[in-house]
Amino acid sequence: MTSTTEAITGGRLMVELLEEAGVEIVFGYPGGAILPFYDELYHSKKIKHILVRHEQGAIHMAEGYARSTGKLGVCIATSGPGATNLITGLTDAKMDSIPILAITGQVATDAIGTDAFQEADIFGITIPITKYNALIKKADDLARHFEEAIKIAMGGRPGPVLLDFPKDVQLEKTSVRKASALKIAPHHYERPKVKGDPQEFADALNQAKRPLLYVGGGAINSFASAEIKALAEKANAPVTTTLMGLGAFPGTHPLSVGMLGMHGTAYANKAVLECDYILNLGARFDDRVAKYQDFAPNAVRAHVDIDAAEFNKRINVDHILHGDLKDAIREILPFVKGGDRADWISRIQTLKKNHPLDYDNNGESIKPQDFLNRVYTKTKGEAIVSTDVGQHQMWAAQYYLFDKPNTWLTSGGLGTMGFGLPAAIGAKFGNPDKTVICVTGDGSFQMCIQELATIAQSKLGVKILLFNNNFLGMVRQWQELFYEERFSESQWSYNPNFVKLAEAYDIPAMRIEKKSEIDKGVEFFLKDSGSALIEVMIPAEEKVFPMIPAGKSQQDLIEFKDLGKLKK
Amino acid sequence: MKHTLSILVNNHPGVMSHVSGLFTRRGYNIDSIAVGVTDNPEVSSMTIVLNGDDFVVGQVKNQLLKLPDVLRVQDMAYASSVQRELVLVSFSISESNRSEALTICNGFDVKILEMTEDSLLIEFSGNSRQVTNIIAVLKPYGIREISRTGQIAIAYRNQNAV
Repeated sequence: MTSTTEAITGGRLMVELLEEAGVEIVFGYPGGAILPFYDELYHSKKIKHILVRHEQGAIHMAEGYARSTGKLGVCIATSGPGATNLITGLTDAKMDSIPILAITGQVATDAIGTDAFQEADIFGITIPITKYNALIKKADDLARHFEEAIKIAMGGRPGPVLLDFPKDVQLEKTSVRKASALKIAPHHYERPKVKGDPQEFADALNQAKRPLLYVGGGAINSFASAEIKALAEKANAPVTTTLMGLGAFPGTHPLSVGMLGMHGTAYANKAVLECDYILNLGARFDDRVAKYQDFAPNAVRAHVDIDAAEFNKRINVDHILHGDLKDAIREILPFVKGGDRADWISRIQTLKKNHPLDYDNNGESIKPQDFLNRVYTKTKGEAIVSTDVGQHQMWAAQYYLFDKPNTWLTSGGLGTMGFGLPAAIGAKFGNPDKTVICVTGDGSFQMCIQELATIAQSKLGVKILLFNNNFLGMVRQWQELFYEERFSESQWSYNPNFVKLAEAYDIPAMRIEKKSEIDKGVEFFLKDSGSALIEVMIPAEEKVFPMIPAGKSQQDLIEFKDLGKLKK
Repeated sequence: MKHTLSILVNNHPGVMSHVSGLFTRRGYNIDSIAVGVTDNPEVSSMTIVLNGDDFVVGQVKNQLLKLPDVLRVQDMAYASSVQRELVLVSFSISESNRSEALTICNGFDVKILEMTEDSLLIEFSGNSRQVTNIIAVLKPYGIREISRTGQIAIAYRNQNAV
């Protein structure tokens, strides 16, 4: 549906379409091929532009914004190097199903294919890492592509889209535009009808003696938290979530068994082994969770997903419901019978008691688990937490309990170091009234450290919790356990003075090294709404437990208490 | 096992890359691919032959259907569809074996496009097995050049007739 109005430039139309869609904030970096758009953006009163220091920062900010608000995240880059700097973020958003609109400038249409200055075939480059992409060759096609792109990014299983605009298309006049308004609001787009038999699906759950709900990132994308809680409580079924699903079910709920998978809780992983029915709600049997076909070996397996290509992709299942998770659970619920299941619940309690999350907190050094626990208590679990990738990410997943969806922002599928800081910035722009904490490590932090300037420039209250062990901690952990302690290139022989560095960006900072300083550190870090960095020195040999070694399955889980055995 | 997928796609630039790229990055091998526009200039038909078990083909179909430009994916069962490919072969002949070569061409319903003193250029269409067969038969003469289109397919309207 298009209508014809007064002719305006492509760049002007781009800005108007963004405004009409409800976009309030974009993250970007100008350059030659995108200047006509930026010139129009200059006049916009509705769209706030955040100037970043690197395009990778822009797209991770858009992701942090999208992950924490459920809305579309928008980022802008120029052609060539600007566009290629978005690659990591696009891949990240594809892996974690995050709705992102990336707008890139391109050299003029008559220069395309001539190896022109700052030319890159970003359309070709991003085919495998976007849900949809297009090169717009005529201003008359612009509105149609915009509509398509936003619908595709937000609809079904969300994902990143990229639109590439040659400079002359931004300058060309057009009077072809959309008639109906686009929307970037969560869950605006029509969902396909649920396919499958909800009654038959529920019957298998009703017959189960030891059911387990296994909740993934799809629950966040579908805003299905309330439905999942209702289902768990009605069926009296324990709930485990994936790394991406944290917050979709309250981590403090009595039926919660925490996270499962490689660094999940021992009790969640043991529950997987013992359950007789496992209901996958919007997860994808990721290889860090479900290693082999013998995943949940004694269980009838059921799967709800919006993406039909996920069914039987890695793990075969017995029952399938295809559709939006929220809608699907609403259809199942009436057929679910309340079960007694006291034996199973008590078995779960025993597992929790006998196999708790554990670490050694004796000695003078600060344990990251302990510190995270204190931060959790102090923030009453109400902060939005973003992380980078590595040990600190897993400790945060284990020791900060998430009760609400969209409060846990982590790069799950791709494992992108450098994600945490910009994601926290994007989240803070989307949630100015909430405490936003970036949990990072000395390795990850240095991958997008230049975005400290973006915090300073906007006087943004982002809290940075930096665990420093002068190592790539997770790499070190693997080298220690599986490579006979050959620490090949995992130690930083040089790290900057992070406190001085933060201060150079006008961000108050403090370093603590001893356990006796923890209270002072937490107090300093969270004392007001402004930005702050706390550098917490932790022992290099501290490890993440439990752990399922790569390539192994739930049976091979190693707990903290098994560490001695493992070393022999 | 060989499967023939008939895929309808939007006739836009880059759609071919999207489809073939999907095969590459998910590690599926394409045996042959043939593309042409349909009676609707907005829509193209692709025929892709791939080797794989039912699981692989199921995955390929599901993943293809996720591409916004893919309109329909049909797995063509051999018994319920017509499958054809075209081949052009230029091969050597001599005075002594010319009549033998011509007899073969007649027998196989081959169209002769050019004949010189020492070569024949022929056109043949059939299912993949027949095409492979004719190439094998001509090979002893000395094949100079060969060009195959890759397979195209269309389903019979009357699926019960088989």
